[in-house]
Amino acid sequence: MSLLELKNVSKIYGTLRALDHVNMRVEAGEWVSIMGPSGSGKSTMMNIIGCLDKASEGEVLLDGTLICAETADRLTEIRRDKIGLIFQQFHLIQYLTAVENVMVAQYYHSMPDEKEALEALARVGLKDRAHHLPSQMSGGEQQRVCVARALINYPKILLADEPTGNLDEANERIVVELFKKLHEEGTTLIIVTHDPEVAEVAQRTVVLRDGRLVKETVNENFTGVMKHRKVE
Amino acid sequence: MIAASLMRRRSRILVALLAIVVGATVLSGLVTIYVDVPRQMGAEFRNYGANMIFLPAGGDQPYTTQTVSEALAMIGEERLVGAAPYRYEIMQIHEQPIETAGTDMAGAMRTSPYWYVNGSWPDESGEMLAGREIAELLALSVGDTVTMVYKSEEDTADARGVVESPEMEMTVTGIMESGGSEEGYVYISMEDMVALCGQEGRLDVTELSVSGERDALIRLSEEIAAAQPGIAPRLVKRVTESEATVLTKLQALVLLVTSVVLILTMICVATTMTAVVTERRREIGLRKALGASDKGVAAEFMGEGFILGAAGGLIGVVLGFLFAQAVSMQVFSASITFQLWLVPLTVFASVLVTGLASFWPVKSASKVDAALVLKGE
Repeated sequence: MSLLELKNVSKIYGTLRALDHVNMRVEAGEWVSIMGPSGSGKSTMMNIIGCLDKASEGEVLLDGTLICAETADRLTEIRRDKIGLIFQQFHLIQYLTAVENVMVAQYYHSMPDEKEALEALARVGLKDRAHHLPSQMSGGEQQRVCVARALINYPKILLADEPTGNLDEANERIVVELFKKLHEEGTTLIIVTHDPEVAEVAQRTVVLRDGRLVKETVNENFTGVMKHRKVE
Repeated sequence: MIAASLMRRRSRILVALLAIVVGATVLSGLVTIYVDVPRQMGAEFRNYGANMIFLPAGGDQPYTTQTVSEALAMIGEERLVGAAPYRYEIMQIHEQPIETAGTDMAGAMRTSPYWYVNGSWPDESGEMLAGREIAELLALSVGDTVTMVYKSEEDTADARGVVESPEMEMTVTGIMESGGSEEGYVYISMEDMVALCGQEGRLDVTELSVSGERDALIRLSEEIAAAQPGIAPRLVKRVTESEATVLTKLQALVLLVTSVVLILTMICVATTMTAVVTERRREIGLRKALGASDKGVAAEFMGEGFILGAAGGLIGVVLGFLFAQAVSMQVFSASITFQLWLVPLTVFASVLVTGLASFWPVKSASKVDAALVLKGE
């Protein structure tokens, strides 16, 4: 059984079909990129997979649970237990340090544990920056704190929405390297991006256009390593 | 972690706390003044003279210094500002009949604080206080010595046909002005009155200055009348009624001001709390995305509001007392009593106002769509 399965999923806002009969499977341990232009339905799909929104039609199976039939409270529980979220805008709490931001996710999941939170920051190479505030960190460092926060509760799926959208090339490379490492450790990754160079690092890329899944490519030469960009 | 995060948000926390402290201070201060006004005004009114008098009830019932002392004991030292027993007799000075009052000078000073004495009050036997009219009639000045003679019908002539009447040399220690009928009397000590006229223990009237509201004074006079049948207590209506009227109006005014200020403060606290919660909508969205339930988010923010309310209330009680103390010193020149029951009342009111002020913005914020907020919409 697939870890995630979307069957004929549609999301309708009034007369607009943000997602239109989308079918997709993601296996455990897989690294999938979702691409598409603005307004293609990427974020809508992310929100549905991340239990932040519900599909209007179709079925979504996450780890054997039919999440489209669940209540809002139950979706919150599922998101807390099974999903790790990474955002383009980082969304760190500005008055909390890096380690405290990680501990917030622990607090809602089980119990804050500073030692474990420090270990998570060490995994993303930020052990020395653990007690810094977000305002004292670079964009790349803030995004790595988000990765640590997303990983702290050992989620089934790591969902990242444009994780490199606000980063320079050097930090983009660091974050993608981090994803590769997590993938090697067995983490299932779903990355939404409109950057082809970030997308093609994944094992598989699906392309959305006008709410429809129009293309699916498998990276035969998957290495998880990002190619160097051409300097123009 | 919580303490550190509160410290890092201290500027925001302080803004909210300041709004609550101002509200709690105003509430606590004005309620203190409202409660203390009757006591302060009562003390103020006591400067306008006696508000109760003891008259003889008539009949065979005794009305003496002994029965009056027992009645005064019923009033108690706390409420009794002063009591002046009076006995009136006609004395002769320079061959002229003069209305003379024997009294307790210390008591008269307290029941008639508005008397202006040029010179000093008598404090020894053989000294007297002359009312301004008498002083003018007899051309008396402070320091003059006169012979006071008591003539009664019982006086009898001796063998030589000379009538021996009791007399005493009296020194004028002060001339009294009150602007009233009191200026037509001479005042001597009760001991000198007894020495001249005999009949120890006899009294005509007792003037009292008692602190308390009108209803309490009415109850007190009824209790005294029941316990001492020889005494007929009467309230000086022009004083007690005026006191009651002024107090009622003053308390109504303070209550009105308190209510208006309290409503304005509530609006201020509500606006501040709304702003504080609204600016954290994105954070609320994030917390929900990380797995916080609506109730969990609401409980967290309301809990923070309650803690702020309680802290603001406690600080407000202290500042409110200082505020009331300053007002009391300025207006009444007297210190105010700390009302312990105001502590729980103010803290409860602060927590309630903060809770009400936070409830709707927190409820609204806890319903936000995490996906939309995180997208920045």
